[in-house]
Amino acid sequence: MQLARTQKKQHKDSQLMYHLMMLPGMLFLLVFSFVPMAGIVMAFQNYIPAKGILGSDWVGLANFKYMFQIPDSMQILANTVIIAGWKIVFNTIVPVVFALLLNEIRVNWAKRTIQTVVYLPNFLSWVVLATVVINLFDYHGPVNTFLQTFGVKPILFMGSNDWFRPIMIGSDVWKGFGYGSIIYLAALTGIDPGLYEAAEMDGASRWSQLLHVTLPGMLPTIMMMTALNLTNILNAGFDQIFNMYNPIVYQTGDIIDTYVYRVGLLGQQYSLGTAIGLLKSLVGATLMISANEASKKFANMQIF
Amino acid sequence: MNKNTNKVANFFTWLIVLALTASCLLPLVNMVAISFSDSASAAANQVGLIPVHFNLSSYRMILEDHQFWLSFGISIERVVLGTLINLVLIVLMAYPLSKNKRDFHARNIYMNLIIFAMLFNGGMIPSFIVIKSLGLMDTIWALVLPGAVPIFNVILMMNFFKGLPNALEEAAIMDGASKMTVLLKIYLPLSLPGLATVSLFAIVGHWNDYFSGLLYMNRAANYPLQTYIQQLNIDITKVTDASQLHALTSISNKTLNAAKIVVSTVPLLLIYPFLQKYFVTGMTIGSVKE
Repeated sequence: MQLARTQKKQHKDSQLMYHLMMLPGMLFLLVFSFVPMAGIVMAFQNYIPAKGILGSDWVGLANFKYMFQIPDSMQILANTVIIAGWKIVFNTIVPVVFALLLNEIRVNWAKRTIQTVVYLPNFLSWVVLATVVINLFDYHGPVNTFLQTFGVKPILFMGSNDWFRPIMIGSDVWKGFGYGSIIYLAALTGIDPGLYEAAEMDGASRWSQLLHVTLPGMLPTIMMMTALNLTNILNAGFDQIFNMYNPIVYQTGDIIDTYVYRVGLLGQQYSLGTAIGLLKSLVGATLMISANEASKKFANMQIF
Repeated sequence: MNKNTNKVANFFTWLIVLALTASCLLPLVNMVAISFSDSASAAANQVGLIPVHFNLSSYRMILEDHQFWLSFGISIERVVLGTLINLVLIVLMAYPLSKNKRDFHARNIYMNLIIFAMLFNGGMIPSFIVIKSLGLMDTIWALVLPGAVPIFNVILMMNFFKGLPNALEEAAIMDGASKMTVLLKIYLPLSLPGLATVSLFAIVGHWNDYFSGLLYMNRAANYPLQTYIQQLNIDITKVTDASQLHALTSISNKTLNAAKIVVSTVPLLLIYPFLQKYFVTGMTIGSVKE
């Protein structure tokens, strides 16, 4: 009786303690996440900084209508989806293939050294890597020098609308493929070695082992990562593009986020910028929830 | 015949893997080589993987660059302060969230709020206006407070706590310990790999971020290092025609900029061995099974 009562009191004390532990973090989220969400009302106003949110005029959906009348808007959406889409494709294929190849390398010290090197670019910032990439593709840079040995005339890569997207996609894959392969390497070690032994007994070649044992074993992970990556279809990589683009390649390289920064924030069209941001955020959140449901259903894994 | 195909397959495996590895390493080596070369050779693009006319003049110039070290200091301050705030908040939130609904009644309400904040955000402009109206512009707080709760890391830590054995906690509670004591005396000492993982993610994130510096610092004297370096590169983002782009990229001070980049990367390289040890843990406990 006495014991039960102390336990009940303890339980109550714990609840209070738990709430207190949550409090500081929740306050920060309130100020820096939830309050800005309330700022979304600016999307439905003609926001003027001097008047503030309470004093600015309501304009309904005018900002959204205007958004689709801007001549560049379709181009910017297309740039975003094309760059992000190809990044998703190659950021899945390359890490998977790399993990499969690395798994075949049985010399342990070599494997470890290779991993040390390929994980590195992921931890460097795009500010640093932009300099590296711009230097590499410079008019007189290493890539052009190499091409010249085949008689190709130098190309102004960073000022070319033909090359800007491939360079963005390629350099993004280059930065992330090593790190991206970690999760697939983990999936590979999770495959039951007995399956390979059985396949070998049946006389399966290495190729058919790959097709019938390895790939099916990795499939849940590949599917979950693809679902997760697909949520980024409107995130073409602000940090990367912002540090490498220039007005010559706006036509192929200007994406939603760079546009919002340039026109919405620097150009002080706050309401327009917020409206674009809101649409983007809605699409992203919807995709994320669908991805989570899909991976729960098909891969028995949950993202959050 | 089977043996021969295996040999060929092996050869191509090594070839592709080594080529990809080289592609990660060589451009960085090139950057280091440029930083140790003389500026004429660098401008003429004669530097490959070995410095041409080896000299330290770029590094000597950096030593005298007041703004560089000011920004370096701001970055260090930001990493220390920001990571500490992150860690305290992560641990405090991850522990109650690692309990189930029976132990902590409001758990799912908090969890849903957090996930909502992770999935949905007000966007760049409302966040900017909030920081501005709080008077945080041009202060270090604008760099560390908006990201004070890294939700992904909270979830990661929560999963780590979930994996710890329950028996220790029950025993401590029986002895009359409070939940705070349990967290500090039992959970924390057992969570060093998890703590290391989230700290390293936080350190790298703070060190590499240039954008909040660009958004929230009006005065260049307040720039963190990455923003300072970003401003060196920004020239090309303003050009409007091809000949101008060509001219700008060939006159820029290559060796000095390369040296600045190398110095800004050194702190990351110093913690990289630890990073490598722990981020695999991070990736694998990050893929959640609830």
